[in-house]
Amino acid sequence: MRIAPQASEIINRDKSVTFTFEGKKYNGFEGDTITSALLANGVKILGRSFKYHRPRSVSSFANHDMNVIVDDVSGQYFIPNIRADVTKVKDGMKLKAVNTFGGVEKDKASILGRFSKFLPVGFYYKAFHTKALFPMWEKMFRTMTGLGNVDFKTPKIKTSKDYGFCDCLVVGAGVSGLSAALAAAENGLDVVLIDENPQIGGSINYTNIPNDLIERAKAANIRIFTDCYAAGYYADNWVALVHKTHMTKMRAKTLIVASGAFEQPPVFRNNDLPNIMLAGAFLRLLKLYSVKTINDAVFLVANDYGYEAAKTAIDYGINIKAIVDLRSGDELPLLNDFIAKNIPIYSGSCIYEAESGKDKNVIGVKIHEFNDGLAGALKAEIACDGVVMATGFAPALNLLYQANTKMRFDDARSQFIPDVLPNSVFSCGKLNGNYTYETRAIDGEIAGINAVNFVKNSKIKLPKSLPETQKPNHPWAIVEHEKGKTFVDFDEDLQLKDFKNAVQEGFDNIELLKRYTTNGMGPSQGKHSNMNGLRVLARLTNKTPFEVGTTTARPFYHPVPMKHLGGRGFSPNRVTPLHSRHGDLNAIFMLAGNWQRPEYYARVGVTRQNAINAEVMAVHENVGIIDVGTLGKLEVIGPDAAEFLERVYISKYKGLKTGMARYGVACDETGVVVDDGIIARLAEDHFYFTTTTSGAATIYRELSRLNMIWGLDCGIVNHTGSFGAINLAGPNSKKILGKFTDLDLDDFPFMGYREAFVAGVKCRIIRAGFVGELGYEIHAPALEVHKVWDAFINDGATPFGVEAQRVLRLQKGHIIIGQDTDGLSTPYNAGVDWAVRMDKPFFIGQRSLKIINSKPQKQVLAGFVLPKDYEGAPPQECHLIIHEGEIAGRITSITKSPKLGQIIGLCHIKPELAQIGHEIKIRFSDGTFVAANIAQTPFYDPENLNQKGVA
Amino acid sequence: MKIMTCPINGERPISEFYYWGAIKTPPNPDTCSDEEWSDYVFNKNGAPGVKKEFWCHSPSNTWFVAERDTLTDTILTTYLYQGGAK
Repeated sequence: MRIAPQASEIINRDKSVTFTFEGKKYNGFEGDTITSALLANGVKILGRSFKYHRPRSVSSFANHDMNVIVDDVSGQYFIPNIRADVTKVKDGMKLKAVNTFGGVEKDKASILGRFSKFLPVGFYYKAFHTKALFPMWEKMFRTMTGLGNVDFKTPKIKTSKDYGFCDCLVVGAGVSGLSAALAAAENGLDVVLIDENPQIGGSINYTNIPNDLIERAKAANIRIFTDCYAAGYYADNWVALVHKTHMTKMRAKTLIVASGAFEQPPVFRNNDLPNIMLAGAFLRLLKLYSVKTINDAVFLVANDYGYEAAKTAIDYGINIKAIVDLRSGDELPLLNDFIAKNIPIYSGSCIYEAESGKDKNVIGVKIHEFNDGLAGALKAEIACDGVVMATGFAPALNLLYQANTKMRFDDARSQFIPDVLPNSVFSCGKLNGNYTYETRAIDGEIAGINAVNFVKNSKIKLPKSLPETQKPNHPWAIVEHEKGKTFVDFDEDLQLKDFKNAVQEGFDNIELLKRYTTNGMGPSQGKHSNMNGLRVLARLTNKTPFEVGTTTARPFYHPVPMKHLGGRGFSPNRVTPLHSRHGDLNAIFMLAGNWQRPEYYARVGVTRQNAINAEVMAVHENVGIIDVGTLGKLEVIGPDAAEFLERVYISKYKGLKTGMARYGVACDETGVVVDDGIIARLAEDHFYFTTTTSGAATIYRELSRLNMIWGLDCGIVNHTGSFGAINLAGPNSKKILGKFTDLDLDDFPFMGYREAFVAGVKCRIIRAGFVGELGYEIHAPALEVHKVWDAFINDGATPFGVEAQRVLRLQKGHIIIGQDTDGLSTPYNAGVDWAVRMDKPFFIGQRSLKIINSKPQKQVLAGFVLPKDYEGAPPQECHLIIHEGEIAGRITSITKSPKLGQIIGLCHIKPELAQIGHEIKIRFSDGTFVAANIAQTPFYDPENLNQKGVA
Repeated sequence: MKIMTCPINGERPISEFYYWGAIKTPPNPDTCSDEEWSDYVFNKNGAPGVKKEFWCHSPSNTWFVAERDTLTDTILTTYLYQGGAK
């Protein structure tokens, strides 16, 4: 129920909101969370547990327990798995508890609780090993398990990413985080302070700590992000900050982790009943939301924090029926205040079990003696309507674990504490075992100044740290019960006996135990269960908690909406300077490497295949033009230029005459072919050469490296972007080129190089024959190449695309590096052995080729043809060649040549099967075969008369 | 994401860099045995420890040497190549 307005409350009572939960209408106030609004309305059961469908209500009220999860079905698309503890309720919300069969009040699946004997630990592993039964189990578990429902109609929402930078990122805005941020900011650092809550201050907001930290932080030069959590730590202080709407990738020079501690639930029978809650939940409900759910309370405590909460309860007029303290004797604090009020205090005692009433709420507890971690005789049975628990914390070390921090276990405080931190990462507050206001504040200041000294390389004196006197974490707040229902993990309904059984079955290592029991594998990822699980394992195996160790902490600390992670794909494409011209000519584009290239030019009423054939025939019969601006275009200049090329390429270039060009093949150190191109000599000390389209960037990079190592007297210039290039080919290419240039084309031999004006543009021209007809490769500055292109197009040259080029070059048996070669192709088995010049002192791959050449080839590249009358579907690239039931090779290129009227191709094949005329069997994907015959290449114009211009 | 220091461009995210591999001195190809050459070409030492490697800052095509401890995943130092291997 809601109590009278409080100064500390963060709800706006002037604005009421109406929403439904499980079909019933409720009112709340603006600022309420779903949980606080429901509790204010007196709703008792807010959710059902994952496995046994036990009734549950608020437990931590801190975002990190899974008792209350709801789907919002009010919108066009429903939103699954909302954490009701922390999500603000909105007007018009229609909420439904997840994972129930017939509603949260009367969940039919709660009968599973009675069958818990038949759902032993490791059930999945035990049940699923029979293959025949698997489909049945799968169907059943797909229905039974899982939480909210995903709405598959939900559209993809693109979320932008934010890139942030700061000197100092402080995670957590409680006492120590605020102190750290202030110390860092006051000493001139650019500070970002984040907190997962809607307000900064942490426990200041709901405990009686008098201090001005919140106001000072707001006034200081600090960037504050609330409703924001650090989801992951990545190398060099790159922290993923997740906001409600987006993610910030924050690069911080220093990181201060002040993330506080998670309250840990004590374990006893029925410790999960509604209205049994952690002290923090109790305090936040009262102070921030003015919601009181308990009138007659039992407090189960083992630290000062529990007594602070009890004092607050008294202030709010709550009747304390008993305080049960696990500790006894010297460990107890001064209890005069409570004794004076006649509040019974049971020291050295525990709650052995809680009992529930008709409304499933807790109605009473049994208090037993508690000695050495074991329950003794019954001391009292006490009726109550709520239990508040404060027996310990577990520090939120997740981010520090991700940052590779070495931890130690502090026995006095019974918690892990950072021992060796990365040099730009600092921790403070509860993480370091400090729980009183003064120690936390000083510890924060120390962390802040440490950050300043790190960033500024200064030596500001650190304040003296205060010794911590509190021991807030009880080492064993766990009470066994023969009837079970002693919950360690609330997400997964794991009981104490499950751990015992798992260890008995041999899963006695923390990582194994986690996976076998699924402890800490629910949505809260063990924030309230890992520490107890570790303690149980330590006790069962007679180890210390440090020896047991923790499981590996990985990103994310907290679930991140997929929309924050999925973003725009970032795969930039390159386009040539002629790109818009291709668009104008109805080009269909394809991706070659990361270049966009015309595959072919669409023609109205003509099929793709016919359009490609027409382009091929235009090159054969008249003149075609293709944009080859995607080729890498490099220049090497200097006295050692020829020497450089001779070391890189397998052929010789020192003797290449100025004004001539030569084919070049480059290998890597293993002798494998990696690139090819044409190398033209512009002057004694000046070469211009091309690389493959896909190799354009990498070859330049590698040549730069080699040039650095060799220290030759030459330099490399990359013209790939600054030059465009077109290939003009066909019997009429000479005629059409002649119209636009004064160059003497009669004095321009095959593989010659010339510089001349074409259509008014200064061009570099190589007479090459990649496509097998008389042709010219014309390179021109990127900003002007379109003038050359336009001149030829307007004069009737037919544009052709990559597909037609592939057909044309395949007719000539010209290889494409990366298609007709692979990671094992050397010049010897890629059909370019004629280019190898072993009689040079050195080239890359030479020594390896020497070895390779002394051994028999395993595969060679060969041409093949299908019979001219073959009319079935053509085989595809990568279809296998089968010989006597074994794989003998594969197709690398195949096409139907419109000029030759038959299917031609290249294949890798065993040398003994590569004699001309030999019949090979090609296997289709469906297992059928087609016969083909090895054939001489080039398939077309074997004497190369056309490209030489002799024909 | 890690930060790497390019000797020319300073600290940049490591996605801007291209890793080539460990710097190895090849044996003399004229005098070494086939086995020695194969060992040089194919066998890379993957044992964790301090590695001397070639890296390139791709946007500026700056090659340099990085010394990296692959056991602790820390970049110890980066500097421009001063000669050495062949």
